Parts: sequence; structure tokens; C-alpha cells
Amino acid sequence: MAAKTGFDVTSVRVAFALASLASGIGVAAYAVAWLVIPAEGQAQPIGRSALMDKRGLALTGGLLPVLGVLLLLASALGAGWLGAPAWPAAVTSGCLVMIWRNGTGADRDALRRVVQPIAAAANVGAGSRRSLLWRTAAGVVAAVAGVAILASGRHRPIAVPLVGVALVLAALVVLLGPWWLRVARELMVERQARIRAEERAEIAARVHDSVLQTLALIQRSAADPARVAQLARAQERELRAWLFEGRSPGDVRARSATVAGAVAVIQAEVEREHGVVVDTVVVGDAPLTSGLEALMAAAREATVNAARWSGAPSVSLFAEVEPQRVSAFVRDRGCGFDRRAVGADRRGISESIEGRMARCGGRASIRSAPGEGTEVELTVATASRVGDAP
Amino acid sequence: MTPQTPAGALRVLLVDDHELMRAGVRAGLGEHVDLVGEADDVGPAVELVVERRPDVVLLDVHLPSGSGADVVRLVGDRSPGTRFLALSVSDAPEDVIAVIRAGARGYVTKAISGPDLHDAVVRVAGGDAVFSPRLAGFVLDAYAADPGPSSPPPDQPGLDALSPREREVLRLIARGYTYKEVARELAISVKTVESHVSAVLRKLQLSTRHQLSRWAAERRLA
Repeated sequence: MAAKTGFDVTSVRVAFALASLASGIGVAAYAVAWLVIPAEGQAQPIGRSALMDKRGLALTGGLLPVLGVLLLLASALGAGWLGAPAWPAAVTSGCLVMIWRNGTGADRDALRRVVQPIAAAANVGAGSRRSLLWRTAAGVVAAVAGVAILASGRHRPIAVPLVGVALVLAALVVLLGPWWLRVARELMVERQARIRAEERAEIAARVHDSVLQTLALIQRSAADPARVAQLARAQERELRAWLFEGRSPGDVRARSATVAGAVAVIQAEVEREHGVVVDTVVVGDAPLTSGLEALMAAAREATVNAARWSGAPSVSLFAEVEPQRVSAFVRDRGCGFDRRAVGADRRGISESIEGRMARCGGRASIRSAPGEGTEVELTVATASRVGDAP
Repeated sequence: MTPQTPAGALRVLLVDDHELMRAGVRAGLGEHVDLVGEADDVGPAVELVVERRPDVVLLDVHLPSGSGADVVRLVGDRSPGTRFLALSVSDAPEDVIAVIRAGARGYVTKAISGPDLHDAVVRVAGGDAVFSPRLAGFVLDAYAADPGPSSPPPDQPGLDALSPREREVLRLIARGYTYKEVARELAISVKTVESHVSAVLRKLQLSTRHQLSRWAAERRLA
């Protein structure tokens, strides 16, 4: 119905519920709408298909005289009061039959659910039969008492009918309570099972995309230890990011939006492209501003330099975010170099590292000596925000 | 480094649920130490430690039915001479800090080389703390210098903050410096570096501060 009108299912239902609370017209309107508006995927509204169900109509029509005869008999026997509830009951069951015959699968399910407690009561196991007996007895007693009080209490103060209603409700709860509980529990168990299945499927997909692919690659390059180590490391990093930081592999944009993310990207790229191990440690984190982007670009350049020239098997990259400044250290234990021996045409250090840091108001210092390894220190002050203590 | 400890005499127990990892550690350490046993879960590990009284237990942070921290706690004081060194690929910082707070005397990653691991075992056996760059980073992160203006005055001020010198040492370790390099950089002795690191370890283990638990809680939420 909601699909037809274009409104949300819940809002339509709420509107009808409010209308029915107000006057009862809502219920009728809902019923009419249900009859004339086709359900999703159904060509015809249920009302029209019911009218076209000749056999069903004939059956109902045939039943009417039988019912009339029965009622006449009843009134002849002095049980005329039977007529009052009998008519609505007859009409209701007729309608239910028509709905059953013409309804969609969903409608049938709904009806079946209404009828189920009775069926369930009929075929309980031997073990629970005794408790069922007790329940039924208690329920019937409560219901009879409730109806009796209701019937006799017509002219009494208001409290008496209330007691009657309460007793009838109690009877319903006693009779149907266990069944309701079971249905609720089954629903919950089903939902949990579904969630678990979905999780398992997601993990399986992830493991296939990453771990299994990598294992295949490793098998193929088994003759090249460096390549195997590189693949294993890249995979380990990706898996760890997913397990402990909730980042999907390949989610580069989210990863590089902060200092820690940028460090992870540098690590991944340099390890992949230069085949050295980059050990990273990040303390704190901050979103990348333009100054921090320059810092990370310079850090990347320094890391690449270390990977390319130092000859060391690993490079350490440490970044720390403090309230007033962000610093990065790139260190290797490789061959080191003498700054004066670097040709003037090689602009890597002066341009990509020192120039870049100077332009963003930061600082770069490089310590190195032949045979002693190299350490590049990069610092930039964070722009002080409003409200920050000086 | 504690050269007075004869390396060959060290009795080491290995606790890790991955056979492959145990094989790797065996291969890296085997010749230099006396491997007295292996366990793959909390229960067997506790029994073995109490029974064999090893000098050092190499302890995975995550085990099938619990954590490395559980092993340390369950052994308690039933094996007084035993020291624990966390060894893991797992990087969830709050889990690593939890093992340290339970009583482990260091944390190294499984990517560590055989000689470095041996060095770490010797150091832990000698009563020193072993801080890998990663652990130093975690500790700096946990003790980030931003307690906020409204934080209540700590009960034990000495335990609730790192001294500037300790911070400096941790920072150098996080940058990839060995203890010896840290000592040279700060113009102090290696022994002094070791005592700074041990002081940090003690603060980590004894601190009741809210900041650590708040940090862990934030890590879990993030």
C-alpha cells in the first residue's frame, strides 16, 4: 500500500493507527484500501480478485441458507440470544475464507500466524500436556469468571467491568503466553543466525580478496625471498589495519586524511616500490592540513631516499603529533653520506625536503656521516586554534 | 645488556598458539637458550610455568581462550623468578599495554630478528625492561601530554606522568634508536637508559591513573 502511495510504510501505518484511535474510521479506511489497492507484485487488488472468485462466492452463498436454517432452529429452541454473536461470526469467517483463497502469500502467512496457537495447542507433545491442561483450565476459569462479571455488571459501578476485562486478558495471557514467548524467541534466534551468516560471508570475502590472493602470489614467487617477504608484509599490514583499525584494504582516501593514515600510505608505497622494510611508529593523530601535507610529503621523500641510497634493509619512520607541533623522523642505519659530496644538481634534499619544509614554515635538519646512517628530522608548528592556551 | 648473565643457561618457555610462529622462534633462539617447553593456550601455559620455573616466558598477546595478560596474572607469584616478555604480531595498543600492566617486562614484535630477540630475552632475564619502538610509541600515546585542564589532581603524581627525560628516551626508542644509541645521543650511560626505561615500566604497571583507562576506552571506541 505504501509503495502505491509513495509514502514510507511506517508512516502510512502510523497515520492509519492514529485515525483508528480517533474514530474507528481509520480501520475501515485501511480495510478498504487493502481491498482495492493491489499489493506489490500483485496484478489485482484483493477485493477484485475476490469478486472474480466464482467458486468462493458460490460456496459462501450456499452457506448462507444453511446458516439461516441453523439460526432458525436455534431461536425455535429458545436460544435466540445466539443470533447476536452468530451473525458477525458467520460474516467474519466467510470473509476470512475469501481472503484466504485470494490473498497473497504474505496475507496467508499473517492469517496462519493468527490461527497457529490453536493448532499448536492441539499437537503439543506428551510431556507438556499436563501443563497445557492446567493452563487451559486456569484460562477457562478466568475467562468464564470475566465474562460472567462483565455480563452481570452492566449496571454496577465502573470497577466491576474493569475486573472482568482484566480477567479475560489474564485468561488470554495464560492460554497464549507461552506460544507468544516462543514465537518471539524464534524470531530473535533467526535474526541472530542471519547476522552471523552475513558476518561470516563478509569475512570469507575479505579473506579471499586479500589473504588467499597473497598466498597464491607467494607460491608463484617462492624463488624470490625478497618478494615473498614484501608480499607477506604488505598483506600483514592490510589485514592488521582491517582487524584492529577497521579500515578496508585499498581505502586510501580515508587512510591519508590524517597523519597516521599518511604514514601508513608512505610505508605501504615505499615497501612496495623499493623492497625495504619501513618500521613506523605514530604517536597521536591529527587531520592533514596543508602544512602537515607538506611535512608528510617531505617525510615520504626522506623515506624514499633512505630506501634507495642507504643500503640498509630497514628504515624507521616516527611521527608524533603534539599540541603545538608535529614532527617526523626518518632514520636508517645505512651507509650515510657527506652533504658536501652531494652534487649541486641533485635537488632531492634541498628542494623536496628542506625547501618544502621552509615554505610551510617548518624546519628540516639532516644528520649523517659516512658509515653512521642518516636521520632526517622534520618539524612544523600546528596552526594555533582559537581558545588554545599560548 | 647484562653480560654477567651466561646466555646459554637461560631457560625459556614459549607460549604461542601458532605452531609456525613457535617454529620460527625455535629456529631463531634455539642454539642460544634452553627451551624448556612450549604451550599453546592459557591453561597449559600456566601449568608449565609453575612446573618448570623458566627464567623467561615468551608470551603471545592473544591466546585462544584468553590473553597473555591472563597467563601473567594466573601465574601470579607461584613462579617468583620468572619474567615475561610479550611477543606478538598483534598491534592493538590497549592489549599490549594490558599485558605490560599485568606484569610483562617488555614487548617486541614477531618481525624481530633472532639475535635481537636473544638480546631482548637476556635483557628481560636480567630484570631490565625491553621497549621496542612500537611499545615506546604506545606508551607515549597513552601518556600523551594533554591531560586537559579539568583533570583531577592525581593521587600519586610521580606515577601519573612521565618525566621529560623519560619522554626523551622513549621518543628516541620510537625513532628506532637502540639503548646504546640513546645513551650516546643523550650523553648518558646505557645503565641510565635502562633505569629510565624500567622507571617507565614501573609507572605503567603501578599507575592507577584514570588517564590510562580513559586512553584504552577511547582506543576501543575509535
